[in-house]
Amino acid sequence: MRLGRTLSVALSGLDGRLVDVEAHISAQLPHFSVTGLPDKACGQAPDRVKSAAATSGSPLPASRITVNLSPASLPKQGTGFDVAIALAVLAAHGVIDGRRIARVVHLGELGLDGRVRGVRGILPSVLAAARAGITHVVVPPENVAEAQLVDGVVVHCAPSLATLVAWYAARAGVHPLPVAAPATDDRPATTKTPDLADVVGQPEPRLAIELAAVGQHHILMNGPPGVGKTMLAERLVTVLPPLSRERALQNHAIRSLTGDEIRASELDLTPPFVAPHHSASMAAITGGGSGVVLPGAISRAHGGVLFLDEAGEFKTSVLQQLRQPLESGEVTIARAKQLVRYPAQFQLVMATNPCPCGQAWGKGIDCVCSALEQRSYKAKLSGPLVDRIDIQVVVEPVSRAAFGDDGAGESSAVVRQRVLQARGAQVERWAKHGWETNAQVPGHALRRRPWRLPGDRTAALDRALDIGVLTLRGYDRTLRLAWSCADLGGRTSPALADIELAYTLRGVGREAA
Amino acid sequence: MDEHLALGAHGEALAARFLRDRGMQILERNWRCPEGEIDVIALDGDCVVVCEVKTRRGTGVGDPLEAVTREKALRLRRLAAAYLRSRPDAVPRVRIDVIGIIARRGQRPLIRHLRAVEA
Repeated sequence: MRLGRTLSVALSGLDGRLVDVEAHISAQLPHFSVTGLPDKACGQAPDRVKSAAATSGSPLPASRITVNLSPASLPKQGTGFDVAIALAVLAAHGVIDGRRIARVVHLGELGLDGRVRGVRGILPSVLAAARAGITHVVVPPENVAEAQLVDGVVVHCAPSLATLVAWYAARAGVHPLPVAAPATDDRPATTKTPDLADVVGQPEPRLAIELAAVGQHHILMNGPPGVGKTMLAERLVTVLPPLSRERALQNHAIRSLTGDEIRASELDLTPPFVAPHHSASMAAITGGGSGVVLPGAISRAHGGVLFLDEAGEFKTSVLQQLRQPLESGEVTIARAKQLVRYPAQFQLVMATNPCPCGQAWGKGIDCVCSALEQRSYKAKLSGPLVDRIDIQVVVEPVSRAAFGDDGAGESSAVVRQRVLQARGAQVERWAKHGWETNAQVPGHALRRRPWRLPGDRTAALDRALDIGVLTLRGYDRTLRLAWSCADLGGRTSPALADIELAYTLRGVGREAA
Repeated sequence: MDEHLALGAHGEALAARFLRDRGMQILERNWRCPEGEIDVIALDGDCVVVCEVKTRRGTGVGDPLEAVTREKALRLRRLAAAYLRSRPDAVPRVRIDVIGIIARRGQRPLIRHLRAVEA
């Protein structure tokens, strides 16, 4: 009989590709098949489409229906092709006008009652459609907000198949689709966001957090349970500069894939804070999963902070897995049939107890761990991963005296102002080299002109290097951090005091590396 | 049950007339062999037509054509082969047709004829 065709998008990671959905109806025994490498869920589309069409008042003909998803060699995953398949078939059947749907991308799952249900990955799909020059997309009501984050595309909201059939069957108008209204988050704003002012005392850890924010340094906090390590980590994102629009869009795309609900059509520029539990598997952290390769915690933390509480309790293999993304800012997951890349530029914040019982701080008189237990606990965090951490700070219990300190410490807003200023200085200095923050600057650059510091300032560091107290890597780390200290203080280059502070914060314990 | 069989026989008679009206010659009705039964066998030019007839009172349990599943279509192929074996002469061409009839009470029956179906 006839042919019908429309468009949809197949995703592989965050990369989308336009898919031609073609339907053909022939005078044969009734049968409905989908070809073009559908996965299990996509291959079950005929059953959903058949029921949805019948309950929407446009039953499918009792004939042979063949749907092809082209390019047929590209794997298609999930239920997001349902709407496109239904419309292509109905166009082939002559129920709707085929010309109207030919250049429109349709995304969404069909319920048996003809309702259009939300699916994952709408944002990256719409981004791909926009890049391919598509101007109209039809999405489920749940996904309107995220689709509207994409510029240059008109978003239409389809509550049901019956609505769609009514739109496309209409005779008049060039494009009869009603445009979806911008979505807003109608939930009441959370009463209180975390603020650095909530932290009592802790001058040194506060400074460490601020410096971490300034230079985007990875940081490790060491201290007994209950002293506020988690509290400090949560507040790091409150003093970070807002995300760039591009990065925020990537971030939303990742959230869209993992099924996080995106409620507003406005980009949220707050850097994400992701804190996986220490029992998390490798796939949960770096991404993976059977069938569909989903992004993991490090990608959800893209542009923001990945916080590993009880870092020593994480599986060693999971911790080691972080090294490559820390270097490259992305993670590559290789499968037999596909290679998926996700962005993963995150700032690593780790918290650890000093020992398994947590009491080995100060003189350590309360600690009940054996020397062996203490050693193996520390060994877990040593090595290549800790080598990438610029700041190590000890967080000690707050004494009651700190309560008296005329109330709260500085608020996040005040600190953030300083951070923004210091970031500005870094951009000015490093922009022509392609770096954004001090943490990204390779060590050799800081040891050479024009950034080499005068010998009288680095004398103590040089000596530590000479006698083997400091490795070259530790030396570089100290310099990087010293530049952040200087940026925070508004100085054009690190003074002696900056270097001394950096030397103190750089941490100890793995210098033999 | 009787009514059910009567409906089937009525449908087969309708189908035979339908095929005859289209210029085919009916060779056999309810041809039986150990493997089963062929409802109608007709000759369309030089082509032998093995025809399965499905009759329904309505579409409440689905279109009659939907009752011919892949397995049934494959069985029709085997029956067609058995019929050809039973004939002494060689047949130049053969095809399998399915006729679906919706015979609602008090209405003219609705006949759909599928030619050369594939399994």
